Amino acid sequence: MDSALAIHRLHFAFTVTYHYLFPQLTMGLALLLVILKTLAIRTGKPVYDEAVRFWAKILGINFAMGVATGIPMEFQFGTNWAAFSRAAGGVIGQTLAMEGVFSFFLESTFLGLVLFGEKRLGPKMHWFATLMTCIGAWLSGFFIIATDGWMQHPVGYTLGPKGEIVLSSWLGLIFNPWTWWQYAHNMTGSVVTAAFVMAGVGAFYLLLRDHEPHARVFVRIGVVAGLIATIIMLFPTGDRQGYLIAVHQPVTLAAMEGHFQTMQGAPLAILGQPDMDRLALDNPLIVPRILSFLTWNHWTAEVKGLRDFPRNAWPDNIPLLYYAYHIMVGLGTILIAVMVIAAFLLWRGTLFTARPMLWALMLVVPFPYIANTAGWITAEAGRQPWLIYGLMRTAAGVSPRVSAGNGLFTLLGFMGLYMILGILFLWLVWREIDHGPGGLEATKGGH
Amino acid sequence: METLWFCLVAIMIAGYVVLDGFDLGAGLVHLFVARDERERKQILGTVGPVWDGNEVWLLAGGGTLYFAFPALYAASFSGFYLALMIVLWLLILRAVSVEVRNHVDSPLWRPFWDVVFGASSSLLCLLFGVALGNVVRGVPLDASGYFFIPLWTNFLPGANAGIIDSYTVLVGLVALSALALHGSLWVALRTAGDLSARSHRAAGRLWWAVLLLTIAVTLVSFDIQPHLYGQFARWPWGCVFPALAILGLGGMLVFIRARDDLKAFLSSCAYLLGMLTSVVFGVYPLVLPANPHPELSLDIHNAAAPLYGLRIGLMWWIPGMILAGCYSVFIYRHFSSRVKPE
Repeated sequence: MDSALAIHRLHFAFTVTYHYLFPQLTMGLALLLVILKTLAIRTGKPVYDEAVRFWAKILGINFAMGVATGIPMEFQFGTNWAAFSRAAGGVIGQTLAMEGVFSFFLESTFLGLVLFGEKRLGPKMHWFATLMTCIGAWLSGFFIIATDGWMQHPVGYTLGPKGEIVLSSWLGLIFNPWTWWQYAHNMTGSVVTAAFVMAGVGAFYLLLRDHEPHARVFVRIGVVAGLIATIIMLFPTGDRQGYLIAVHQPVTLAAMEGHFQTMQGAPLAILGQPDMDRLALDNPLIVPRILSFLTWNHWTAEVKGLRDFPRNAWPDNIPLLYYAYHIMVGLGTILIAVMVIAAFLLWRGTLFTARPMLWALMLVVPFPYIANTAGWITAEAGRQPWLIYGLMRTAAGVSPRVSAGNGLFTLLGFMGLYMILGILFLWLVWREIDHGPGGLEATKGGH
Repeated sequence: METLWFCLVAIMIAGYVVLDGFDLGAGLVHLFVARDERERKQILGTVGPVWDGNEVWLLAGGGTLYFAFPALYAASFSGFYLALMIVLWLLILRAVSVEVRNHVDSPLWRPFWDVVFGASSSLLCLLFGVALGNVVRGVPLDASGYFFIPLWTNFLPGANAGIIDSYTVLVGLVALSALALHGSLWVALRTAGDLSARSHRAAGRLWWAVLLLTIAVTLVSFDIQPHLYGQFARWPWGCVFPALAILGLGGMLVFIRARDDLKAFLSSCAYLLGMLTSVVFGVYPLVLPANPHPELSLDIHNAAAPLYGLRIGLMWWIPGMILAGCYSVFIYRHFSSRVKPE
């Protein structure tokens, strides 16, 4: 691999992976905030208003991090991926510009009002501002997924005389079926993260016997939202996403599953390490016939193995893809189990005193972050070696005049800067959690 | 259609310069005009609720540019690679400094972030000016439509120029002084008490620097980019743009003397808009002049996206920006009172 290409790929991979640690909480939390604010108005209980203020501050910090690390993403399309931008800008420029026009203005205006305007706005308008912030964040997510969805499954275009990609159907771009399932899957993942964070913080307070009225609200809402979201994660959104990959990117499916040999009644590999020399799984732990059933709803259906695809169509990092996918599914399963048990205890009325379960809720908070990240690695490493699936190779999209040396310089710069940002972020969030949601402290506001 | 989108992109950039310009400028001058913590907080209070909304104009402008002129976006962003990455880092540092400074009450913490805020704001003003200077001077585009220039070479605006040369630094200084003036007028307008008066006096002094630098940059620009002459000779009505700048500059002096803060600030807006539109008009129909091979220049036709996309873009862009304008007006009215010392 040409080293400039490798650097530019790493550059984007690093900055986008880091970036998405923040929006995944922002989008889900924005929705939970609307629910909290609605409960505050419906019940009139101050505990909900205090919960809103507490989480709005965390949302504010998190949102700022998302913006700070998001701006470089838009820039990098031009700086590091100029050939891609030149070829495809006429199509994905649409969705990226729509994000700017429709969601950024909305989010920045209304988040400011949510954070600083509660007194001046009154409860109804404040609720409205919370709702608009949520809509802005979710729209933003949509336009980004529409961009990625088009790169995964390009539609609504024609090729011009010189091979340039020309948008021919705007509606086709927006209603790309791939986009809608990926969006549903991704947004549910975002709600999962937010639900686990909320429940985890609540469990933390309950274990400390601190801020207990608020903590019970956090755990209850976190567990209910988490149960619903983790199940939707699996079915229908995860299932449908997998189906689309099986139909449109069959080689990616084979690589994800570590499925090397074409066979009828293909088994599902639960564990095992892909051995790319032998082209087989080492130490496989498999369940017979499940892969055929999951893919085609038929126990004896044929699933094509990697060996029967041409080498130049293989994703270029199959072990990474395989592990990312298995980590996502494995952690997803654990998350469902945690939420099912927690919801059962909540229903029985014993969750708030079940200390082992509270410990579990607190300790699993990193898992949804890892699962979401692994899911994105599955999607993007799975798209390789294509930048636009079937249309443009990743190697062809890179900026032709930006050298490896210049790329590494800025990659190292981002690593250093993002390390500082990460420390500041953790520390600021920790301070808010340490302060807690209760009492007068919470009403003062930031600036 | 291409010309229409050229104008719309120009409007987005102008919106960004006028709006984010005052908070960049306020960041630049706050180290000098604010005497103590109380006054610093006053300045940050005028900037705090609106700066990120202002920065959205940069993002939305960038998105619009990407969508309407993808070849320009690709060529200029990869060509100015290092400068743009530095701009990104400065934007991030600036955002961090505004957000975290008030979280800790310590004699080390706040001054540190104040300096970061001031320094990143100043460098951003300078770099945005340098970027504009590069567009006027032209860049070494090759036949495939790309270029790459290092940050600096021998600091001369010749064939082998870097991003930073004597001419682009001059434009950078114009931007620095003009936005410092813009920022101090904003602070004078939006604060009360001693701070407002001091900021007002600073604006009075900065005005002379802006005047001198504006005259210098105008003279040098015609020498560097001969295309400008032809442009104003061919369409004399284009002189309304420089006239707007001159009017704004004169208006500032009059209204600063009269202590009419609002009108002085609006004159500064007019000056910035006039300067920017003069450049844009002077370069049109080029979007990125090539130097030393002018025939390789990117213009609105060879850099634009295909027609269908541009047409359909109007359908969502116009209602979208009207909505965005409504939000902006709403939030400025919402936070429109002067910020008094606590």
